[in-house]
Formats: sequence, structure tokens, C-alpha cells
Amino acid sequence: MSFRRKQVIRFAKWVGTTSQKIRGGQGATLPGYIARKLMPSILSSLAKDIRKKTFVVLGTNGKTTINNMLYHALDAERQSVVINKTGSNMMNGVVSSFVLATNKDGSLAADYACIEVDEIAALSILPQLKPDYIVLTNIFRDQLDRFGEVDITFQKLKDAVSKSPDSTLIINGDDVLSYTLALDCNMKFKTYEINEQIFDATSRSEIRESIFCRRCGHKLDYNYFHYGQLGDYSCPNCKISRPEPDFNASNVALTPKGYEFETQGRHLTTNDAPYNIYNVLSVYAALRTADLAIPHFEDVLKNFDYGNNREMVYNINGTKIQIHLSKNPIGFQQKITYVLKDPAPKDVIILINDAYQDGEDVSWLWDVDFQYLANANANSIIATGKRLYDMRLRLKYEDIHCETFLKLRDAICDCIDNRTDNVYLIVNYTGLYSSNALIRRIATEYADRKD
Amino acid sequence: MKLNIAHLYPDLLNLYGDRGNIQCFKKRLEWRGIDVNVTQYLQGDLIDFSGIDIVLLGGGSDREQEIVCKELLKIKDSFKKYVEDGGVVLAVCGGYQLLGNYYMTKTSKIEGLGILDIYTEWKPKRLIRNIVLNSDLFETPVVGFENHGGRTYIGKHKPLGKVFFGLGNTGKGDYEGVVYKNVIATYLHGPLLPKNPQVCDYLLTKALERKYKTDISLKPLDDSKEMAANSYIVDRYSDKKNIFKEFIKRHT
Repeated sequence: MSFRRKQVIRFAKWVGTTSQKIRGGQGATLPGYIARKLMPSILSSLAKDIRKKTFVVLGTNGKTTINNMLYHALDAERQSVVINKTGSNMMNGVVSSFVLATNKDGSLAADYACIEVDEIAALSILPQLKPDYIVLTNIFRDQLDRFGEVDITFQKLKDAVSKSPDSTLIINGDDVLSYTLALDCNMKFKTYEINEQIFDATSRSEIRESIFCRRCGHKLDYNYFHYGQLGDYSCPNCKISRPEPDFNASNVALTPKGYEFETQGRHLTTNDAPYNIYNVLSVYAALRTADLAIPHFEDVLKNFDYGNNREMVYNINGTKIQIHLSKNPIGFQQKITYVLKDPAPKDVIILINDAYQDGEDVSWLWDVDFQYLANANANSIIATGKRLYDMRLRLKYEDIHCETFLKLRDAICDCIDNRTDNVYLIVNYTGLYSSNALIRRIATEYADRKD
Repeated sequence: MKLNIAHLYPDLLNLYGDRGNIQCFKKRLEWRGIDVNVTQYLQGDLIDFSGIDIVLLGGGSDREQEIVCKELLKIKDSFKKYVEDGGVVLAVCGGYQLLGNYYMTKTSKIEGLGILDIYTEWKPKRLIRNIVLNSDLFETPVVGFENHGGRTYIGKHKPLGKVFFGLGNTGKGDYEGVVYKNVIATYLHGPLLPKNPQVCDYLLTKALERKYKTDISLKPLDDSKEMAANSYIVDRYSDKKNIFKEFIKRHT
């Protein structure tokens, strides 16, 4: 290892800690920025030091969950792992994770790396990381105005993935876009799929993307579909059809503890959100493709925390408040399905912001089938956030009454004091950290009042 | 009274919540006790314009637009006759481009319907942001979100409005959209109609007047929720501070 790299890493780490002391906050990307400015090849240099394999997680929904699960699964097998835990998946965040994982002498002693990568950043990150395995979760519409259209997202992912031709792809075979991408890239790939219809009507909603074959433009036939464009598809013209799965979830059953299913004779479990079957299955597929026996995987799943700061549950003065993140129409549809599963009376708060990270265009609200909320046994539905009036208007056109609160704090306190003891708070991206912080503050205030 | 709405190729032209426009037409008729029937026309369906009162043509990706274009060229003449006869059309984004003579994309030239004497050229920098227009047709400003790679040159046509904030047809921030007979063609998503009930009611009035050959004055509705969403955007960009803040963010 070069003396220069050592110096750069030391300096970048020092800036990171100092900035954290001064500014507070997470400081998750600054060391990466500094290190990269001083030494542009820092990432490829550090990535080479990974002793065994590197996994990259790409795709629209589920990246963070999958990446964390990969990490825990490897950790349970006593492997040392570099991970970008904080969900910082752009270039600076990824470089930071590597820099901060180094020892005092600037060397990296890790067996594996698990890195989730943003769709746009992937093009520059993948060639430097040279991952052995790329897990592609799915390709949905996300933050539309940032990417333009799902076709553009597809193209960007394809460009990025083809920059790493020696990698093995692990793809969701139920997703025609992912499958087409794997075929187009002409790379080794393994598929994971769910072979039976398990999602209900509210979750399925309707397919709005890619019902046309990307290869020949013909309309695809579906035997059944799960949600989004995921399902059992075939093209009557060019004959592309859902491939035989390498890893298949079968005998899916919902128990009070969550979902159970079988794959390759193993008995796997997840929580009560059906899309997590895909997440678990993709992790299993990736690790098995990497020839790991993972004997402790079942235990990892039993103890896995799906929260990861994105789905958090609080209890304040007897009121249960759970925060859910939804960044795009398909994610939002899944959350509505989740809310509907709870028969108890509830209050639903929806926070919609329109910062760059959220997507400045809020028109996606009209791609969510909100009419199901009419059957959610909701005592009230409250809109807040920068675009609260857009949210209220969306519900007006489903004949669903919606209140507005300019301040989330007022909405939450009103729920704690005057409404049901069961609150769902659904937020989009930029609302997440501030909502968590706010609710923690409110919890402290209520606790103080009691004393 | 009753209106028949034709939603053209909703499975192909379905970007950015544009189906909200259909929902808006539908609800605002229902709330006034006017019957409405929405028909979705898919690839290969025969379209008979004689029973149609409103046509919605949404936006799609360039790839999807090429598929639609092949379909539309088959009905080019009857579509044109419908427009010349005062038929109501709302064309958004890709639909707007298709009404013109052609759309020169990054890779190919898509022939349009030639209903409007306009053309569109693709440029690599996409025009993406909130937009506010002032239109002669309406007292209330029209608000929405623009997101297009194409620059549309409208020649002698009358624009839908003058850009108050945003980039508009060609990215220069001067004019946006086209109004021709009872056609409104625009880049505005949002979707357009829910936040601009004045535009929705304008089109509904035109369609009813054409069908029933009499002056129509629609029953007023309580639009306070629509206006709250509309004014939020108008107010945001009426404040120079916010425009400046956004400029800084965009360029850093």
C-alpha cells in the first residue's frame, strides 16, 4: 500500500471526525469526498483489498433492506464485512464507507463488501468496485423527475451493469425489465422468483409499466401478476417469457409471525410485508450463488430488524405511532396494503415533501390507488408536509375526507391527545429523519410531563 | 346530459399521473349530475370519433411514443376532422408532440399527425421544474410541472400561456403550449386538471356546447381545495427569495 494512500485516508478520517464534532450530524459522506479529491483512484485501490467477494445491490425498491440482510448473514458466519450502512449510496458515501472501515494504519482487513448503489451513481461506481455479484432488486418508477422515465432508469442501469461484465447478476425473474436487462447485457445471471400468486388485489393494483415487451414492442401476456409489473409474463411475438427460477419461493404461508416459505429445502421466514419475501430470497440467492453454505441464515432472519430507521414504531402515552417510508407509487401502494391489514381503528398521517431527493414532481400521487384508504377503518386521514394541499386534493378526487396540518408536530400531538391510539405516519424521503427526530422529542416531552 | 371521454392508449401514454386528468373530468361532471362515460382505447382498437366528446392523449417515453404513433397514423384523417369540427382534445407532453408535424428524437424522426403546424426537436438537457403560466383564457394562473427533452416550435400558433416561472415550449421561458380550436396541448403535468379546475371546466364547457349546440354555464363547485394546491405553487414563485433559493440549489 502506498504511503500516499495512507496519508489521504488518515486526513479524510480526521476531517470526518472533526466535522462531526463541530457540526454534529452524521458526516457520512465528507471523508469520501475529501479522500476522492485527494486521490481519485482511492475506491478501486481499497476495493482491491477485499479478501473474498464484493456484493453490490442495485435497483429501485428494497436496496437497503437487502444490503443490511447480506451484511448480517455474512456477519453471522463470522466474516468481516465493509458495508455502506447509512444508506449513503452515492459516490462519496460509498468511498466514505471504505475509508472509515480501514484500520489505524490505513489498511483494509475485510473478507466481504456489501454496497448498495444509487442508479445514477452506479455508472461511475461499478467500474471501480468491480463487484463479483450484483443483486438487482427490481426496476420501478422512482423519483420520476430525477430520472426522466423508467426507460431512462433502465438504460442507466444497463450501462452501469455492462461496465462490470465479469460480475454475476442475481435478478428478480418475475420482473420482465430486470430479465431483459440481464439478457441484453449478455452476462452470467441467476434468477429468483415467487411461483404462486400471493399478493392480494389492493397490492396488485394495476400494471402500469412495461406491459410492452422491451425487445419487440408487443403487449405481454400475464398468467398472473404480483405487484408493479412483477409476475408470470410472456411475449406472444418474440417469445421472451419468465425464466425457470434458479431460486424459487414455494409453499408461501402467512402466519401470525409473518411469512414462511421454502426454497431448496430450506425453511425461510420474514415479517408480514409480502415484498420482503423477494428481499429474503434475493439475499439467499446471492449468498448461495457465491457458494456460501450459510448455516445460520434462518437465525439471522428471525432476528433481523426490518426497521433500519425507515419503519420505526414508537409508543407515546399509550399511542402507538409507526413511521413508514414510501418513495414511489409502488412503494406507497405496498404501504396502503399494509395499513389495510390492520383492522383496528387508526389515524393515518401522510407527509409529502418535494425536495430534490423526494422528487420535485408530486404527480406520482395520482399513480397511487388511494381509493382503498376508504376501507382502512381510519378515524381520520391527515395531510402534512410541503405539498399537503396536493395530497388533500388527491384524496378529494377519491371522495375521501382529509384534514391538513401545517406542522407535523401539531398533527402528532393532536393524535396522541385526542384520537385513536394507533397512528400510521407515511412519509417520503426527506421527511424521514426529521419525523423520527421530532417524534423522539415529543416522546421525551410527554415523559417529562408525567414526572 | 352526458359526455363520452376517450382515453387514448392509457397503457402506453401513462407518465406522471396523467390519468388524474381523466379522474378530474369524471368527478367534476359527476358532481354536477352530468353523466360521463370513459372509454379506454388500446393498441389495435378501432376508434370512431363520431361519438366522442373529449379526447385525452397523455405522455409516454420516446419508445412508447413510437408505438403510439404507428397506431395514430392509421386514424390520422378522422382525428384531424374531429379537431377541425371543434372536437375537444387535451394533449399532454408526448401527446402534444404527436399532434405536430414531427418529433426529431435522439435517434429517429417520429412522424406526427400534422394536426398542429408545429415540430419538436430533442435536446440532451431535459427541462424539469415547476411551472406557472398566465393565460388569456383564464383569470387564475395555470400551474404544473414540466419534464421534457423535446423543444417544441409552435410557429404561428397561439400559445396556451405566457411563462411566469419555468421554461416552456423551447426552454427559453417565454411561452408554453398551444391552443387551437378546442384543443389544448401542453407540457404541463401535475397532473394538469386537478390543480387547474378552470382549465377542466373550460374544456367541459366546450365539449357540452359542441354536443348540445347551446350555451352552457356549468354549476359552480367549491374549489377551495383545488385553489389551495394552485396558489401554493403560484405563491412560491411569486416570491423572489424562493426563486433565488431554488436557483442556488439547482446550480450547486
